[in-house]
Amino acid sequence: MYRSALLALTLGIVVLGACTSAPQPTASPAETAAASQAPTTAPAGARLAAVKARGQVICGVNGGLQGFSFLDDASNTWSGFDADYCRAVAAAVLGDANAVEFRALSAEDRSTALQSGAIDVLIRNTTWTSSRDAGWGNFGPTTFYDGQGMMVNTTLTDATALEDLAGATICVQTGTTTLLNLADQMAVRGVAYEPLTFDDIDATYSAYSEGRCDAVTSDRSQLVGRRSGFANPDDHALLEVVMSKEPLGPAVPASDDQWFDIVKWVVYATIQAEESGVTTANVAQMRDTSEDPVIRRLLGVQPDAGTLASALGLDDGWVVNIIQAVGNYGEIYNRSLGPETALALERGPNELWTNGGLMYSPPYR
Amino acid sequence: MTGTPVARRASTPPWRNVRVLRIVAQIVTLAVVLIVGWWLLDNLFTNLRRIGLGLGFDFLNTTAGFDIGETVVAYSARDTYRDAFLVGLANTLVISALGIVLATLLGIVTGIARLSNNFLISRIAAGYVELMRNTPLLVQLVLIYAVMLQLPAISSSIDVGGMVFLNQRGLFLPRPVAGQGFGLWASLAVIGLFVAVALFVIAARREANGRAAGRLRLGGTATLAAALIGGWLVAGGPLMLDVPVRERFNFVGGVRVSPELTALLFGLVIYTAAFIGEVVRGGIQSVRRGQIEAANAIGLSDMQTLRLVVFPQALRVIVPPLTSQYLNLAKNSSLAIAVGFADLFSVSRNMANQTGQPIPVIVLVMATYLLISLLTSLAMNLYNRRVQVLER
Repeated sequence: MYRSALLALTLGIVVLGACTSAPQPTASPAETAAASQAPTTAPAGARLAAVKARGQVICGVNGGLQGFSFLDDASNTWSGFDADYCRAVAAAVLGDANAVEFRALSAEDRSTALQSGAIDVLIRNTTWTSSRDAGWGNFGPTTFYDGQGMMVNTTLTDATALEDLAGATICVQTGTTTLLNLADQMAVRGVAYEPLTFDDIDATYSAYSEGRCDAVTSDRSQLVGRRSGFANPDDHALLEVVMSKEPLGPAVPASDDQWFDIVKWVVYATIQAEESGVTTANVAQMRDTSEDPVIRRLLGVQPDAGTLASALGLDDGWVVNIIQAVGNYGEIYNRSLGPETALALERGPNELWTNGGLMYSPPYR
Repeated sequence: MTGTPVARRASTPPWRNVRVLRIVAQIVTLAVVLIVGWWLLDNLFTNLRRIGLGLGFDFLNTTAGFDIGETVVAYSARDTYRDAFLVGLANTLVISALGIVLATLLGIVTGIARLSNNFLISRIAAGYVELMRNTPLLVQLVLIYAVMLQLPAISSSIDVGGMVFLNQRGLFLPRPVAGQGFGLWASLAVIGLFVAVALFVIAARREANGRAAGRLRLGGTATLAAALIGGWLVAGGPLMLDVPVRERFNFVGGVRVSPELTALLFGLVIYTAAFIGEVVRGGIQSVRRGQIEAANAIGLSDMQTLRLVVFPQALRVIVPPLTSQYLNLAKNSSLAIAVGFADLFSVSRNMANQTGQPIPVIVLVMATYLLISLLTSLAMNLYNRRVQVLER
């Protein structure tokens, strides 16, 4: 009797817990109608209408990653590469780069937030993978080509390659692809190591910086960002090895093609602007005086560009709004990650295709 | 209250009949519970289907692909999620069992110390109990782990005689391993032990019959010592020590106790022992004063009074609340996630994320903790029954 009562109670709690954490179909009025059906029926355009009605873009970010999205306590403002892309979307859709509600999400929570449509766009240094694209939502163009790296404590080891790490203790965060890549890469090389995993990213880096681990592994950009916050950054070195492909970019909830297109072309607009030499300083002048048909179409001056703006449901001046607010791709990059910042990340694969990189926008025509 | 019962029953309409009303109330309650339960489940399944998540357990047979640091059973990244889950379960069981034993010992000492006539001892025990009971366990664990990380780095390990080493990476102890003559030595030792036990039993019987035990006990001890030492010399070093040796990154060999395990075990033990101390104190105080006075009157020493008179009676009061402390300890071990120890919950959280199947994994984890708790309760209830039978 006692035991069966316990069982029943436990079951009840499981169900209750599951339900409260299960996404509720109330993110937008349009979704409520589709809630009871298969996940393909949200009408295109619903998200845009909801955002315009709300007057804000809800953007899921990391919140604790220097250089990408970081809340500065003193000034209470968000800064970083990802945060600027949130602003770019708001500038394009609402004409106001500050109309963003930032939501700091943990690595675990981000998938649920996206699947349930509780956020409009996820820009949280999230790696685009086949299973995530299938299960989470739609992934936009990559804004930052990253790769998993390995940082070693040079006071403990002189390792220069993964092979030198046999027997080493390696700090890594649980619940990440990083953990899986580490196992794969070490197995391929036949290197035995000892993983020390933490649920919390701060706990991971604090154990590493205290010397509990010889090395720590994560995305290279994150390692560099964290290193800049250490007491002795010079005691930590990144190995040459790149252990994985980590294309980071925005993702949107599934089944709203129009909203997906908007986010996609916001990213391309910043890349095309850099390629065409359009910057925050000269965008107004370019719009008024440029004779280059590519620039005229990009900035919405020449009529045929209007077809994109109207198909996306945006004003003709949406690209001008973006560039005036946050600048082109190079400006966004340099503001948060460039040589003048603490991170000082080389552009590398994130250079324009014309400079040998991977940043490439489809033509605006 | 007039009239015969028969007349009353005949005249009472069903809507005023207490028996009928009670049954109706039961049915209504059951219906409400079922409807709410069905609604919640339906909600869950609908939402899961909407976002394309299943409720199956097939993922348990797929390759886990991640490594786990500390394991008591063999495991590699090529094993399945089921194996990973069992690794976490084994770690949880080990830490819970160790924690329960150590917390009980420390708790009994604390409980007795709180009742000590020595002012200093009782105040220290009281201070310890209040400090532990009134701060969150999670905070304590994080603090203990942070302190453990301040131990010397591996290059400046604390070295005890070249055998035992203590540093940030853990406590490294030598491990005894069987040498060539181990079998011979072990069999001699077993024979010696058998003889010694037999002699001790005979001595006890003689004393029970009011005769002198003579030198039987001394003889037993001597036989055992002779078997151990003589056997050692004959077998020629049957046991060898596997001493930890520092290699490139870490000490290798011997027994290693990691800071994560230590922090978790230490935290669980000192936290739970404070509660157990109070349970023990309450139990001891529940024994009537007259019992102790009577024990003193027949000439029992303080230790004998405690062991033979007070404790057997106190156990009746102690065991039920002690059971819930054991359950708490086992469940609190899930806080391992804060100190990087790969327990059941920590491994499962990782599983939930890697597979994208949070709900089946959480259900599995809850069912496992439920099973652990029910088995612990069962064992303690059986023990409780044995203790209670003594009551007259």
